[in-house]
Amino acid sequence: MSESFDLVVIGGGPAGLAAATEARALGLSVALVDEQAEPGGQIYRNVERAEAEGRAAPLGDDYRRGLGLVRAFRASGATHFAQHQAWQVERDGRVFVTDGAKSRLLEGRRVLVAVGAMERPVPIPGWTLPGVMGVGAAQILHKSIGVLPDAGVWLAGSGPLLLHFAVEVVEAGGRIAGILDTTRSFAPATVLAHPVAALRGRSYLAKGIGYLARLRMAGVVRHSGVEAVEAHGEARVSKVRWRTGTQWHEAPATGLLLHEGVIPHVHMTQALGCEHAWDEAQQCFRPRTDAFGATSVEAIFVAGDCGGIGGAIVAEGRGRVAALGIAASLGRIAPADRDAKAKPIRDGLAPHEAIRPLLDALYRPAPELLAPADDVVACRCEGVTAGRLREAVSLGCLGPNQAKSFTRCGMGPCQGRLCGPTVTGTIAKALGQSPAQVGSFRIRPPLKPLTLGELATLADLERGG
Amino acid sequence: MFRKPPDRPDAIEVVVEGVSLRVPPGTTAAAAALLAGLPSTRTSPVTGEPRAPYCLMGVCFECLLVIDGVPSRQGCLVTVRPGMTIRRQEGARSL
Repeated sequence: MSESFDLVVIGGGPAGLAAATEARALGLSVALVDEQAEPGGQIYRNVERAEAEGRAAPLGDDYRRGLGLVRAFRASGATHFAQHQAWQVERDGRVFVTDGAKSRLLEGRRVLVAVGAMERPVPIPGWTLPGVMGVGAAQILHKSIGVLPDAGVWLAGSGPLLLHFAVEVVEAGGRIAGILDTTRSFAPATVLAHPVAALRGRSYLAKGIGYLARLRMAGVVRHSGVEAVEAHGEARVSKVRWRTGTQWHEAPATGLLLHEGVIPHVHMTQALGCEHAWDEAQQCFRPRTDAFGATSVEAIFVAGDCGGIGGAIVAEGRGRVAALGIAASLGRIAPADRDAKAKPIRDGLAPHEAIRPLLDALYRPAPELLAPADDVVACRCEGVTAGRLREAVSLGCLGPNQAKSFTRCGMGPCQGRLCGPTVTGTIAKALGQSPAQVGSFRIRPPLKPLTLGELATLADLERGG
Repeated sequence: MFRKPPDRPDAIEVVVEGVSLRVPPGTTAAAAALLAGLPSTRTSPVTGEPRAPYCLMGVCFECLLVIDGVPSRQGCLVTVRPGMTIRRQEGARSL
């Protein structure tokens, strides 16, 4: 089965939903492909369901904002391929998707990659133990089905989501064991060093200070100045250890939730061969784009956090701007019209974008997160430690792609999604080079594991079925 | 590690490792396995270690499960249906 669209959007978060809606309003035919059953992405996960069940309001106005986006998308006339995975995207705009049983081909004149962010991997000793998860994972359980962690669960790491989630849990009537805060920067000094960002983004700062006050009031234990965290246990995590200065501490744990910020999900744009750049401030790779999200590949545009972390509101705005750029690139609106329509959107985004350099400086990841100690697992799928990567480097391995043949890192089912940043960081440090020089994994199709049966359904296509 | 949500009239009944479990609509297979309290949900085919869901957003592939008899499904991307059977995946899938 093959269908043609002016625009195929991949990802149903704020960027994808806003872009699809805007593109429809500009008269483009649009398909939106999303892995999830319901639109909203991770940030607005299951927002319609939460609203219907009366759970959205307690999750806050930031979350409920997604409801308007989802409703506008539902009414836009875009074709929604929910619970579909894009397993191959071609540079000419063809997108191969599967619903888990049957593949189909969506032919886009343009493709917008809006696959969002992923949590930065947090390679620490013991992070492969069952019961160690991302804070984002636990938040998904809360947003989607109202499930909270139990009182034996620790949170560890740094960044806005860590505190936000802790507040979310206590305000929903839950309890956690405590927070191990690994933030290294001294906040007042960092704020003073970024006066313009602090002033323009003061609502974000006020939010952060409010989180801390609410956690204190709720009596949540928070250890700051944590320099190392370890998970221990046999079949599951049963204990956390952490270090402040030279002092080690430990406590029992039923679970450990890790978070060290989010990074662009670049798997798809890397597979497409779009040019990427190392973002020193955000310590991650991101695709190079113009002001409308156009990549180095003509048919491929990018919007939202997969093009550089900006948060949900910025993603939504960039989605709209990308839709304008796409319409203009197809000759459906004039460049002057595009620019006139984009200006108020960009003006509205400016205060939200202004805070980012300050957040990047406040929550810069520790060097050992990108290049962990020898005994720490870098590649979870293949069980490859950072030490084995260094050993490979000492034998002459020059980068992530050679490291695959030396160690099998990045060759398991996740295809290097989760270990990519660690592999690049570890090899770069061992070689005394920058991550940009070392580069990242070359991504091979299919983007998602596919059964031969799913592939074989494409034969119908060739028969014209 | 997670508190069981209260039962509700529209809960969906699934079978996790042979045990019936009622979960809220919209629950994924990986979330159902967590709510069932399984200590782990698979063993690594490489190291044999126990593993369990890590990211719940389709990135890490730690939540591979046998769902309705089909192995190696990403449990966090499959929404439960009434009667769905969810089983641990031991090592590599059999061919």
